[in-house]
Amino acid sequence: MLQKRVIVCLDVRDGKTTKGIKFQGNVDIGDPVQMAAEYYAQGVDELVFYDITASAQKRGIMIDVVKKVAAEIFIPFCVGGGIGSVEDIRQVIDAGAEKVSLNSLAVRNPEIIRQGAEIFGSQCIVLGMDAKKDLSMPSGYRVVINGGRTETDKDALEWALQAQELGAGEIVLNSIDADGMKSGYELNLTKMISDAVKIPVVASGGAGSPEHLYDVFDKANADAALIASMVHYGDYSIGNIKDYLYRKKISVRLS
Amino acid sequence: MRIGVVDYKAGNLTSVVSALNFLKADYFVSDNPQELMDADKIIFPGVGEASYAMNILKNAKLDVMLSDFIASGRKVLGICLGAQIVFSFSEENETKCLGFVEGRVEKFPDIKGFKIPHMGWNNVKYSEGSKLFSNIPQNSSFYFVHSYYMKPLNSADTSGLTDYCMEFTSAVERENIFAVQFHPEKSGTVGLKLLENFINMER
Repeated sequence: MLQKRVIVCLDVRDGKTTKGIKFQGNVDIGDPVQMAAEYYAQGVDELVFYDITASAQKRGIMIDVVKKVAAEIFIPFCVGGGIGSVEDIRQVIDAGAEKVSLNSLAVRNPEIIRQGAEIFGSQCIVLGMDAKKDLSMPSGYRVVINGGRTETDKDALEWALQAQELGAGEIVLNSIDADGMKSGYELNLTKMISDAVKIPVVASGGAGSPEHLYDVFDKANADAALIASMVHYGDYSIGNIKDYLYRKKISVRLS
Repeated sequence: MRIGVVDYKAGNLTSVVSALNFLKADYFVSDNPQELMDADKIIFPGVGEASYAMNILKNAKLDVMLSDFIASGRKVLGICLGAQIVFSFSEENETKCLGFVEGRVEKFPDIKGFKIPHMGWNNVKYSEGSKLFSNIPQNSSFYFVHSYYMKPLNSADTSGLTDYCMEFTSAVERENIFAVQFHPEKSGTVGLKLLENFINMER
């Protein structure tokens, strides 16, 4: 039986892992390669590295991180942040990542999804979407970019369906309203998108306890759940979380 | 024991190479048929689309090399797309494949509640006596990403089964031909063990 995935997200700035609330006030919390190795040992199913380095000149640092991770951990991982061209995708894939997450730059240039899928395959191309509740939109959610600071004219559900059509193989769906609040995933948003698309949906934003993962798997049909601060600060281990899910009869990989 | 890794520009080889480095395997990567013919065993990875991959193999004469290599009795391990194209035929763009294992590669049916691609960790139930899964716990989870599945004509060729929207063949062992649909190089400890099992088999 296919298992629900528990994915840890590491925000990386200038080669260091950081974690902020609602994308503001980031503080450094550790070395991403070391942290990745620790989560791998704990049995995490997948990792996402999100490069929040502001300047393009420092992109090389992230490529080094990807290479080191690829040499040490043998599970899939995805890299996102600032990827806007086929050449950017190629660099990350050649360095050893399985997947790239296309975010703000895909909103401005949706064709990058199609180009990426044609060259590297849909399994490589993840749409990263930040959505914010907005009752003036048809689905009730608006796509936002730049960490929520900039609104777009796209409806979240329409953008998800369009990205699938263009060849995205997976969607990481982040709720800007829930992100960093530790009060649970946005279940309505997750269920709406997950039920509407044929590709896997990774719920993101709001995880604070194992129960939140249970809810998003059981009630919102998420295929995977992204977590960050609940493990970064040592409140829970991957083992704690998976044991809880297993006891609640969610199919998870126990290692 | 020298392992030749076939580089035919279908997907990237970085993760397979990383795993072989980690296992301290003696390997080389090549797209040259003559060089690869000198290997003791071959690993044949691949991600992407079947007809595109077959065209590249043919143009580089790697299809002939693989055929000669297998005829010589040496072992080959196909991974993911590399596993699928050892079959006779793939539904993906109606592609005639290498034909080392009789059977077809078909697309998963569209069933509500089962997303395509089948992506993530899933269990493999292996057959007793499997060489690939030696010393791996039964029903271990491996990492999968695929929309098409292998359908061998002879059920005896199947050495691993996985359940998704249907039960399908996730591993094949037929004489010196080994094929796995999942990615052992991305399946943590059990995946590395499977690669190690292949590397350590006698030539």
